Amino acid sequence: MTKTTTSKMTSPKIKIAGVLLVLFALGLPMIWPWLKTPMVVATSFGIAALGVSILIRSGQLSFGHAMFSCAAGYAVAFTARAMPELDSAVLILLGTAFGAVMGMVIGLFVVRYRAIFFGMLNLALSMVLFSILGKFYSLTGGTDGIRLARPTFFGVRMERDGFETTLLVVAVVLAVALAWGVQRYMMSIAGQALTAVKTNETRLEYVGLSANRALWIGYVISAALCGLSGAMFALMQGLVTPEMGYWVRSGEIVFISILGGVGHPVGAFLGALVFEFVKLYSAALFTGAWQMVLGFVLIGLVFFVPTGLSGLLFRKEPK
Amino acid sequence: MNQELFLLAMLDGLSYAALLFLVALGMTLVFGVMRILNMAHGSMYAFGGYFAATLGMWAVAAKFSPAWSFVWLLVAALVVGAVMGAVMEIFLLRRIYHKEQILQLLVTFAAFMIFEDLQRLIWGSQPYFVSNIVNYLGVAEVLGITYTRYQLMVLPGVALVVFFGLRHFLKSSSTGRQIVAVAHNREVAMAMGIDARRICLLTFVVGSMLGALGGALASPTTSLVPGIGADMIVLSFAVVATAGLGQIEGTLITAILIGLTRSFAVYLQPESEVLVPYLIMVLVLLFRPQGLFSVAQARRV
Repeated sequence: MTKTTTSKMTSPKIKIAGVLLVLFALGLPMIWPWLKTPMVVATSFGIAALGVSILIRSGQLSFGHAMFSCAAGYAVAFTARAMPELDSAVLILLGTAFGAVMGMVIGLFVVRYRAIFFGMLNLALSMVLFSILGKFYSLTGGTDGIRLARPTFFGVRMERDGFETTLLVVAVVLAVALAWGVQRYMMSIAGQALTAVKTNETRLEYVGLSANRALWIGYVISAALCGLSGAMFALMQGLVTPEMGYWVRSGEIVFISILGGVGHPVGAFLGALVFEFVKLYSAALFTGAWQMVLGFVLIGLVFFVPTGLSGLLFRKEPK
Repeated sequence: MNQELFLLAMLDGLSYAALLFLVALGMTLVFGVMRILNMAHGSMYAFGGYFAATLGMWAVAAKFSPAWSFVWLLVAALVVGAVMGAVMEIFLLRRIYHKEQILQLLVTFAAFMIFEDLQRLIWGSQPYFVSNIVNYLGVAEVLGITYTRYQLMVLPGVALVVFFGLRHFLKSSSTGRQIVAVAHNREVAMAMGIDARRICLLTFVVGSMLGALGGALASPTTSLVPGIGADMIVLSFAVVATAGLGQIEGTLITAILIGLTRSFAVYLQPESEVLVPYLIMVLVLLFRPQGLFSVAQARRV
């Protein structure tokens, strides 16, 4: 699966899907303004899922990546509080950089592990962060979190509505750029080495490439993407809480990646969009049981559609 | 820290370690035999606790003597473990033994999501707390400290009985030795005529019962709220990973280590309490990735 999607150039079907997704994300909120918030949230989740799907393509599942979103969110909140004049664009960059640096450090430790250990170590580390944020009330505001005042965006001070629109446009533009970038990365030597960690690690080492190093690069990129996602989420909500980094949140990001399918970057955003809407509707339809719905969907995916929605839509045409 | 506080921390730590051990033991047993890390194991703990609390409240309403509580706690663990364990094994796990490890993790995570909402639907989100057995057993004096008999004797007692019972079962009974054989090498065991399907079902049910037993025994001293299952899964993984996956004796020692360190943290540095288990785990894995008690290539369980 990975081979066919990475070695070939993007098929026209996927391009169309990408364009449709962008039109959807930008167009629907113009018709129904209340969709703006869910759209920004979905896009930011999509960016995080894009990061996690990079790791899934190397055969590793992280149940702790929400820690990067959460930490980046707090980094943004602290900085915005200390320097209220900083622009949103700077804050988003800062959050991304924070995620990347944190990923570099934590990556050094976790890339030595595979499969269950990799997944659960990430989970445990994210719980360390979650507990610290919840416990040290005087610094972090405990479980109530920290509010941040709405900063300027591109030097302009905006009302809530204008701010959200700008955020949406920026998020969508970033999403397209990042999807393209990740696709390029997956086709590069570093990216091919990363997928080889899944298919045959021993052979990779024989070629003379370090599997741990390949995984580390992938890990840093995924952490940076989660950081970016967290920074945008924090700006959108105007509030950061430890909940952002709870391990179940990490599980949701994994869920989105699997739902969309990891074969192509478009999958992450497809997954995020469906996830956000399933969540919106099932929250209304099955009050208090939407997580259960997601659970059944996930089981169905693993058993019947392991390639995810994107795999289902863009099945390889028979030659 | 004076002598009294020291002793108090010791006793707290040991009774907590007993609960931790029971839950972690179930997880490590399942992993040892089936190579699946059950992310829904924390749900067994939560359901065991809630069901025990429900039975306890019925018993109070029906004017049973609190002495019967022991029976309720045990029944709750057995029923929850048997029902949830069997359902999960037959409908999910049995179909994914041959799949990749990350897909197995995903399936058990999905089960966790389902159980989490199921628990909320059945028991709501108000806290449950049924502690009449603790009051019934009263307190004991240990070196000048009053401590509840329940935490002093019942919890460590049950943990030790389970520990020695399981060891004896695995070493001496025919079924136990079959479990060890499957853990050692599934294919060879099947070639020897062992019904691996039955063994896996049995192991998973027993593992789930242990998780549920931990929850049931914790219910008289902890207030049950949504989310305890999600917390427990991480905590018991910390124990299991520190000990080395599949190590029964190691799990006991590690549970005591983590239990004691945590309770001393409570008295000395309360903020760090929740961090302690994870810090220990990260430190250990940094230097011994296979865990404290794993011997490379040795059999598990």
